[in-house]
Amino acid sequence: MINSGDTAWVLISFALVILMTPALGFFYGGMVRKKNILSTLMLSVALLVLISVQWVLFGYSLAFGPDKGGLIGSLGWFGLNNIPAIEAGYAPTIPHMAFILFQLAFAVITPALISGAFVERISFAGFLLFTLVWSTFVYAPVAHWIWGIGGWLRTMGALDFAGGAVVHITAGVSALALALVVGKRKGYGKVPMEPSNIPLTVLGAFLLWFGWFGFNGGSALSAGPLAASTIMATNTAGAAAGLTWMIISWVHKRPSVLGLATGAIVGLAAVTPASGYVSPLSAMVIGSVAAILSYYMIIFRMKIKFDESLDVFACHGVGGIWGVLATGLFAQKAINPAGANGLFFGNPGQLGIQALTALVVVVFSFVVSYIMAKIIDAMFKLRVGENEEDVGLDISQHGESAY
Amino acid sequence: MDMKKIEAIIRIEKLEEVRVALEAEGFIGMTVTEVKGRGAQKGIMLEWRAGEYRVEFLPKLKIELIVDTFDAERAIKAIEETARTGKPGDGKIFVSSVDNVIRVRTGERGEKAL
Repeated sequence: MINSGDTAWVLISFALVILMTPALGFFYGGMVRKKNILSTLMLSVALLVLISVQWVLFGYSLAFGPDKGGLIGSLGWFGLNNIPAIEAGYAPTIPHMAFILFQLAFAVITPALISGAFVERISFAGFLLFTLVWSTFVYAPVAHWIWGIGGWLRTMGALDFAGGAVVHITAGVSALALALVVGKRKGYGKVPMEPSNIPLTVLGAFLLWFGWFGFNGGSALSAGPLAASTIMATNTAGAAAGLTWMIISWVHKRPSVLGLATGAIVGLAAVTPASGYVSPLSAMVIGSVAAILSYYMIIFRMKIKFDESLDVFACHGVGGIWGVLATGLFAQKAINPAGANGLFFGNPGQLGIQALTALVVVVFSFVVSYIMAKIIDAMFKLRVGENEEDVGLDISQHGESAY
Repeated sequence: MDMKKIEAIIRIEKLEEVRVALEAEGFIGMTVTEVKGRGAQKGIMLEWRAGEYRVEFLPKLKIELIVDTFDAERAIKAIEETARTGKPGDGKIFVSSVDNVIRVRTGERGEKAL
């Protein structure tokens, strides 16, 4: 039975999550040099147009279509043909099309997250090709395993409310693989790389925060108590993480705005898989711990001079892995009867399932991304020429100038 | 013709104080440019998401004015005294000789064009 309140909420959530992709572009764009800000924005917004088409054609069918052996969906829903009007296994009270739209927004932003790893040096054509392949061979299968009816991790009881594994681990770990293949920016560690516009980054971060209410809250797929408690967990974790990050940076020297914004994003990423299963106080712990782990991962990453430029791994990879594990610690059936209890609520087995889920997704995302990036790089070059990199990608890739 | 060009690199936030002091001494006209530069401090450290990064060139302002040599010391003094905080980064003043000045509107030459 279609419920109009549920339907309205999911459609609004779809719009909220769509806003997150350009927001991510601004979040990243403000942190790169002036000559690459348009290129960085483009890496996000181009995926809105590319993946929106891919999703309708075959992305949704592969991820959520009729199950093939627990591993992948069939192409039976190619072009969104022959889809049932309501798919009760996903969302019994809203039109199937609303669910497809909502999931589309996730499929768009996930590969955009990866772009932070290789900004300021990626070839735009290589990027589009890589993303198309990645969305098809990494995102679709992982989404199917964890969220698709018949998916093997879903069947095993893995909990990933809004995409800690499907979105944040896949993106964070793939970012690591891509940074390895593409290599560091010319002059990294030797010449200064000044952020072009920190206010844009802050704007992007808090538009992401805003969109996250749709991302997590909409994942309740209903407009009721579960959506409310999910949004409370989401806001609390983002706040706790931003606060923790601000305090750490203050203890080290000064309370940085860029730091606070980064911390908020890390907390929001970490609570994503747990948001529909945990209490506000658990969310607070999840957010704070995520901030600490991620902060020191960035320090470590900079110390070893590894140019994973905008710390997609430190923020989304670490946040996502911690969040998926934390779900196995803090989940409560009292919050969401459709979920499970975690270790702290008498069910240690759930932590095992969560750890397996995280491990499988880490290994699969890294290996497949690395191999695909190597092949595409060998055939088409993922990186621009030295002169193009010097001039900046805005001019060399897009023929435009921001300022 | 006996004129001097005074170029002063100052802190951005000192511009108004310097302008008022120069005006009080009768120096009205000047040209101000936004510039970047560095001194013995070698730039400055700013906060990154975690840790810090170095900015090699700091934003400063450059004031240029051409004065009669007879008045030069007064102008220099006005700038010097208002632009100083006593901390590194107060800037420098360069003084050089000027061969000629032409007022475009009237075609006047030399001191008359100042």
